Amino acid sequence: MAHEHKLEIFRGLLKFRSNTQKIWGVLIFLSIVTAVEVALGITKPEVLTKNYFLGMKLLNWIFIILTLVKAYYIAWDFMHLRDEKSSLRRAIVWTPIFLVCYLIFILLFEADYIYNVFKDGFLSWDF
Amino acid sequence: MDTTVTTGTEDNVWGGGNRPLGASYGKLMMWFFIVSDALTFSGFLVSYGFSRFKFIETWPIADEVFTHVPFFHGNYPMYYVAFMTFILIMSSVTMVLAVDAGHRMMKNRVILYMFLTIIGGAIFVGSQAWEWATFIKGDYGALETKGGRILQFVNAETGERAALADFSKILPEERVKHEKSAGIWYQEEGYKTSYSLNEVIQGFRANPNILIRTETINEEGEKTLLTRGESLEKLKDAVLVVEGANLIRNEYGSRLFADFFFFITGFHGFHVFSGVVINVIIFFNIILGTYERRGHYEMVEKVGLYWHFVDLVWVFVFTFFYLV
Repeated sequence: MAHEHKLEIFRGLLKFRSNTQKIWGVLIFLSIVTAVEVALGITKPEVLTKNYFLGMKLLNWIFIILTLVKAYYIAWDFMHLRDEKSSLRRAIVWTPIFLVCYLIFILLFEADYIYNVFKDGFLSWDF
Repeated sequence: MDTTVTTGTEDNVWGGGNRPLGASYGKLMMWFFIVSDALTFSGFLVSYGFSRFKFIETWPIADEVFTHVPFFHGNYPMYYVAFMTFILIMSSVTMVLAVDAGHRMMKNRVILYMFLTIIGGAIFVGSQAWEWATFIKGDYGALETKGGRILQFVNAETGERAALADFSKILPEERVKHEKSAGIWYQEEGYKTSYSLNEVIQGFRANPNILIRTETINEEGEKTLLTRGESLEKLKDAVLVVEGANLIRNEYGSRLFADFFFFITGFHGFHVFSGVVINVIIFFNIILGTYERRGHYEMVEKVGLYWHFVDLVWVFVFTFFYLV
């Protein structure tokens, strides 16, 4: 078992002196990200809700990206993926990412198709 | 750790001495489990997305559904869920600290941090139970139409939601809960609502300042408010009073929303609960000195992986259920 930890986050921008210190640093970072998410969710700035990118509000894109950022730091620092061999890391990370992307792609497209059937088809469901 | 001393066979290849990818057998198996469980949760969340995209124009707005904080009255969207998220991240931190103390063979520290982790998990499960109870109880009440759509009420003067109790008329009529024994054997009422359909309709007619809000989301991203005339017309479609949410009816809007809420947060809550149970077992093992004798605290690291995974899933549930 590897006792030595990689103590850098943000690609070496922030280097901690001990593993304990790094854990608290990551906690502070995750808390800030969550606070930003909640603040955006409550205020809902109009710039972000009125503008769309690929059919989704910018605000929702920000939420999803921030979530992935949080997931990265939980997996890398709390689950110690940063200290594992890169082969293990890749096997664990890319397999689900590939499968989930595929699942999202097929199901959301299908759902959008059904939405259009409900909307334009000769079908009444709001009565 | 270089050696393990529990059985004496763990050093050789067939005893688990081989370490592919530099991780021990137990850790690797935990990772396999986590990857498969992650795919299960992804399946749930993507099917939630499927249903949501299917009914994109009528899906409930989470901010309007989860607005309560224990011991406080009023409208506080998301604060409580944010608090729950923080609790879970915090308990993740104490877990890493326990793993870290385990690496340095500091038994008492591991005990302390494991204890804090268990407390955090228990607070989270309790909060989730409270969320469920609030969601099931409901707050304003609504009517359901023949097509299964939900009609909610708004006070035209204040612009705020109106509860059924605010305007319903109490009529001198007797209502009996329909049970299997009285009438058709396969039909029964799940619960008796506080007001009958007739009382709500009469009360609505008598109060000109109450309007109906439909499920449809307008261009501003808010639910559509009907005029008084449209409301009276729409009221004719109502067939049922709905209070609170369950797997069949949901006063907040789409039934699928309630179904997915119960299913996904329930499945996650069950993970947290089993995580707490496993943590308790490990906690007692640490106190008994099992890992001290074994010479390493890898077991703490393995349950730690599971515990962080539960946290990781919650981060996604939080985003897709409460934020997006």
